[in-house]
Amino acid sequence: MRAFLKKEWMEWSRTGRFWFLLLVFTLFGIMNPAIAKLTPWLMENMSESLTDIGLVATEITVDAMDSWAQFYKNIPMALIVFVLVCGGSFTSEYEKGTFIPVVTKGLSRRKLLAAKALFLYGMWTVMYGLCFGITYGYNAYFWDNGVVENLFAAAALTWLFGVWVIGLLICFSAIGKSSSLVLLGTGGVAMGVYLLGMFPKAASFLPSKLMEGMALLQGVSEGKDYFAGGASAVLLVLLCMGVAVMCFERKQL
Amino acid sequence: MDMLTLTHVEKHFGEKQVLKDVTFSIPEHTVFGFVGKNGAGKTTAMKTILGLLCADGGEILVNGMPVRYGNTPTNRFVGYLPDVPEFYSYMTPGEYLGFCGEIAGMKAKEIKSRTEELLCLVGLKNEKPRIKGFSRGMKQRLGVAQALFGRPKLLICDEPTSALDPVGRKELLHILASAKEETTVLFSTHILSDVEHICEKIAFLHEGRIVLQGTLEEVRKLKKEAAMEIETERDKDAQILMSAFPFLKATGRNSLLLEDAKRMPDLLHFIADRRIKILRLERQEAALEDLFMEVVLNEGVS
Repeated sequence: MRAFLKKEWMEWSRTGRFWFLLLVFTLFGIMNPAIAKLTPWLMENMSESLTDIGLVATEITVDAMDSWAQFYKNIPMALIVFVLVCGGSFTSEYEKGTFIPVVTKGLSRRKLLAAKALFLYGMWTVMYGLCFGITYGYNAYFWDNGVVENLFAAAALTWLFGVWVIGLLICFSAIGKSSSLVLLGTGGVAMGVYLLGMFPKAASFLPSKLMEGMALLQGVSEGKDYFAGGASAVLLVLLCMGVAVMCFERKQL
Repeated sequence: MDMLTLTHVEKHFGEKQVLKDVTFSIPEHTVFGFVGKNGAGKTTAMKTILGLLCADGGEILVNGMPVRYGNTPTNRFVGYLPDVPEFYSYMTPGEYLGFCGEIAGMKAKEIKSRTEELLCLVGLKNEKPRIKGFSRGMKQRLGVAQALFGRPKLLICDEPTSALDPVGRKELLHILASAKEETTVLFSTHILSDVEHICEKIAFLHEGRIVLQGTLEEVRKLKKEAAMEIETERDKDAQILMSAFPFLKATGRNSLLLEDAKRMPDLLHFIADRRIKILRLERQEAALEDLFMEVVLNEGVS
């Protein structure tokens, strides 16, 4: 399994996948405080034209909260990029038949799947951590992160949402043969859950609840409000992995 | 002891039956040729042996252990070279072999020495760039190296010579023949001369069924008595022979072919009586190709 993890790293670094995601997540990390920082300046520049149409722009003050608001707005986009880049992680190997020598060398399919999954979760953690870290650093430098509550708890919940989405990706990769099916399946389920979350009664029991990190930062909600959503995400990840193992064991490579 | 045994193996793809009652066995340290036209079911049979396809009936034993679909423990005895081998194109050949060794659980020192040994054997020692730029022939060579890497007890090669130039083919056949010392080889092909060069046992697969099998000698004996070719010194003598024995066929300027070897004594008497000068009298070796065609045609008729 270690050999396969090493191979994954080689693949990510040499095909540029790692560097591309590194760039995207770094940019997102920088963009959050940058947009917050630039907002007053933008408003000031636009104030004349705003006055012309009858709007009066008053002086705007921004703080770390605005930057974190940007973070929670942007992170779904970063997650989508991550899923798009990793959608072919399994299917490209099915297409080329590169799993066959590995399996015929005696590496068990379960270990193979575990290595792939571990690597994807690891990379999500690293990339997400990077984006969070950069935003955190800039916010601490420009303003004060003390104005926000439950900073790390909210971040962990969003990370868990990403883990759930990647769990779906792995599950559909074990079921399907083409990357379009994997992306459709992952996107479809994630979207379905998001739509279900619009029903207030269901909302707090769904993984989509985890994306409401801003409410936690503003102190509008408490950690315990997310317990059901978090638990359902963990259960669904376990379910996804179980289904993935079952399908992958019987899959024609 | 038999390294591989297939007993009444059946396989369907939907309505189509691809393998019908396939039964054969390969003793240890034997090179076994699996011959058949394209689409005869050779690759399907091999993938079933590797547990990559699920057999619908029958039993497969590798080194005495039954093969299971999916995760088959028998794969640790097997080295496999697919018909179109594909590798991770961002690795160098050395890195890929190292990866294979690590998967097989070999020690670092052994991996290093085995990598050098095998890259040298398949003629890729000086190939430092990544696999990305490799030709099909080079990939085939690397495929052989990876298949032999873990010193498998059974080496399965799916049409290993099909992408190679004549020199590469000869080299590869030599590698397979010499691998016999360490392993048992099952290789499929539709090139019959390859089989004649290196195999001890063969099986002809036609439309999913084994139509003929045995040692090379046994199979050759099945062929009708070999034809004789006669070359006379003078044109005139050839014409005399032709008129006396109308069943002779002209194959060249002074060359005649006698297909029914039973008539040979009569012919020789005639030659001796007339003191005809003979340049060459040659028994045509029974070519597997003819036999294969015969078997295939008979099958088609029946």
